[in-house]
Amino acid sequence: MSIKLGDASYEERVQEGVQNEFMRQAVASAQGRFRSGKQKQADKLGNWEDWRTLGEEIRTHTLENIDYYLQLLSDNVSKRGGNVFFAQTAEEANDYIQHVIKEKNAQKVVKSKSMVTEEIGMNEALEEVGADVVESDLGEWILQLDEDPPSHIVAPAVHKNKEQVKETFTEKKGYNQSSQPEELASFAREQLRQEFLSADVGITGCNFAVAESGAVTLVTNEGNARMATTIPDTQISVMGMERVVPTYEELDILVSLLTRAAVGQDLTSYVTSITGTRLEGETDGPEDYHLVIVDNGRSKILGTEFQSALHCIRCAACINVCPVYRHVGGHAYGSVYPGPIGAVLTPLLDGYEDHKELPYASSLCGACTEACPVKIPLHEQLIRHREIIVEQEKMTPRSERLAMKGFAKWGSSPAAYKMSTAMARSAMKPWTKDETVANGPGPLKGWTVNRDFPAPAKQTFRSWFKERQKGGES
Amino acid sequence: MTIMNRESFLNNVTANLHRPRRTEGVERPEWSVQPQDEVLSGLSQDELVDVLEKHCAVIHTEFKRTDRTGLAAVLKETVEGYAGKTIVASSDPRNADYGLHDFYQSIQDDGLEVHLWDEKEGKGNQAVAERADVGITFSDITLAESGTVTLFNNKYNGRAISLMPRNYIAIIPKSTIVPRLTQATKQIHEANEAGNDVASCVSFVSGPSNSADIEMNLIVGVHGPVEVTYIVVDD
Ligand code: SF4
Repeated sequence: MSIKLGDASYEERVQEGVQNEFMRQAVASAQGRFRSGKQKQADKLGNWEDWRTLGEEIRTHTLENIDYYLQLLSDNVSKRGGNVFFAQTAEEANDYIQHVIKEKNAQKVVKSKSMVTEEIGMNEALEEVGADVVESDLGEWILQLDEDPPSHIVAPAVHKNKEQVKETFTEKKGYNQSSQPEELASFAREQLRQEFLSADVGITGCNFAVAESGAVTLVTNEGNARMATTIPDTQISVMGMERVVPTYEELDILVSLLTRAAVGQDLTSYVTSITGTRLEGETDGPEDYHLVIVDNGRSKILGTEFQSALHCIRCAACINVCPVYRHVGGHAYGSVYPGPIGAVLTPLLDGYEDHKELPYASSLCGACTEACPVKIPLHEQLIRHREIIVEQEKMTPRSERLAMKGFAKWGSSPAAYKMSTAMARSAMKPWTKDETVANGPGPLKGWTVNRDFPAPAKQTFRSWFKERQKGGES
Repeated sequence: MTIMNRESFLNNVTANLHRPRRTEGVERPEWSVQPQDEVLSGLSQDELVDVLEKHCAVIHTEFKRTDRTGLAAVLKETVEGYAGKTIVASSDPRNADYGLHDFYQSIQDDGLEVHLWDEKEGKGNQAVAERADVGITFSDITLAESGTVTLFNNKYNGRAISLMPRNYIAIIPKSTIVPRLTQATKQIHEANEAGNDVASCVSFVSGPSNSADIEMNLIVGVHGPVEVTYIVVDD
């Protein structure tokens, strides 16, 4: 897996998303839940705008001085016994991680949720060297068992219902209890506990790295990141280079913005700040620690009008308010990063060529910009993408006319939020009518199949969709 | 330890920023707003306890309050409520001040197994934590707003105690309560500036583990503890 997911065309992905009744309802209700949680928090604080201003100032200052802060960070991690590897590309990052795995002769790697490791395709790289990689976040584990890609950055398995989860557990793990979420979770706890206890290496992402001390901070609710940093003797943290913060004082602000904007919590159950290796006399935590700092296209965004896209703290608030995401779901974006931020970031990281429809997956209603806790002007950046695509690159996508018309119909007014699913379907006509698609300009350039990625998204999504057609509504 | 590829990586970053590399002299600016300082400011310690108690309901955490003389009884009742047979606890220097040595002795006399974290036992500590029913630690800094206990994990307070058993009890000296995360991060920042190394793991724990990954239903208890009790001790 790399930043690009699957080999279905944008039209196909959108169509699948829109036709999938359960997924759209699940997405809409997830959006609603996250949104109202965030709103409650904003009301409680009363000065949410000040928090956003502070968040923006911190991110702006940090990115403007990112060379300084990354140097400080790496010095401090090193002082605390950790190795730091700077990876310009995904390949460099994967090579280094493979090297550590081989050196440790590791058979089993346990992971906590991390988007950057998906972006660089780390799991596949680890499997190449014979390591068994276990995702330990409940949602990610379900998807891994089912070979399905995530659809929401905070709630990756939001497109699955509990019956499907039960089926997956039964088929893959011999589960024989009910589809009650508590029972399912308790089963996952037992299964994954054994995985943690037998893992040789723990791999985590990094929400924020504190330059002044070298602390890598992980924000979670399930406790899997704590397990991954407590039990295995070797630990690797992988971070996008923009994840640095100057001191603990800024960590406070960004963690507070993240948990509030993401899930409407004052803090998540666990905020865990790990610094280097375990100290003398300590008997848990890693004795061997590695921090991998990944560029993979980020530095190209520095110094451009899109620099503020690197301010993103991956809270998904923009996704939760997006009327387009609501109707097409996460898979339609064909990227590790869905929603408005995905539409901004994916073409920047991976080029316009394969993602030129994404900037059109927006009604430009501006809800994303308003929701963003660090004030990234998302919809303005989408407009700039369109201008660049149309004017400079002369790669007018066939979806342009269709997209503009289709999205404008149901995406641009507040009423769109309330639109019934039936109405939404007719509003999506340009996508679902075969002749419309066929009448467009020539077909998209075929996907250049990179590596041997078997495109699980398309297959499982389709077969699942068929099942649902047969089984009717749940 | 080693730092690899740093120069080429950072030089490339700098080139994209169209300015010379910055290796020193970067100061944080004066931020235009400081909303974090206003949260719960001016509250007395007892008012903060009330805020904490209210928030415990939000985070599915049992709240209890006592004083030093009452602590043993409250702990006993809580452990019994969890049907705890095996206890793993930190060997915190505060154990003596709060009469916990006597307490642990007395429940051992009742037939319970108590393991105090001991660096000499190496991985054995974790093995006990894995089969223990209850983990017990003190809170080092307690955040009223979010119902959070801050744990500086070290050789006396292993990471696994508050993580691996099904049930977790945090003893919260009233004096450790502050309004929010801001005061805790400030304290860590200032200690770091003063040259004191930060703990290898700082855990901010707010109630039991949970997940909403299945149909957005909140499930309490995933990888970490399923049930959590906070005991505030007037000190
Ligand atoms: S762009 Fe803003 S709102 Fe969207 S995920 Fe990033 S920080 Fe959150």
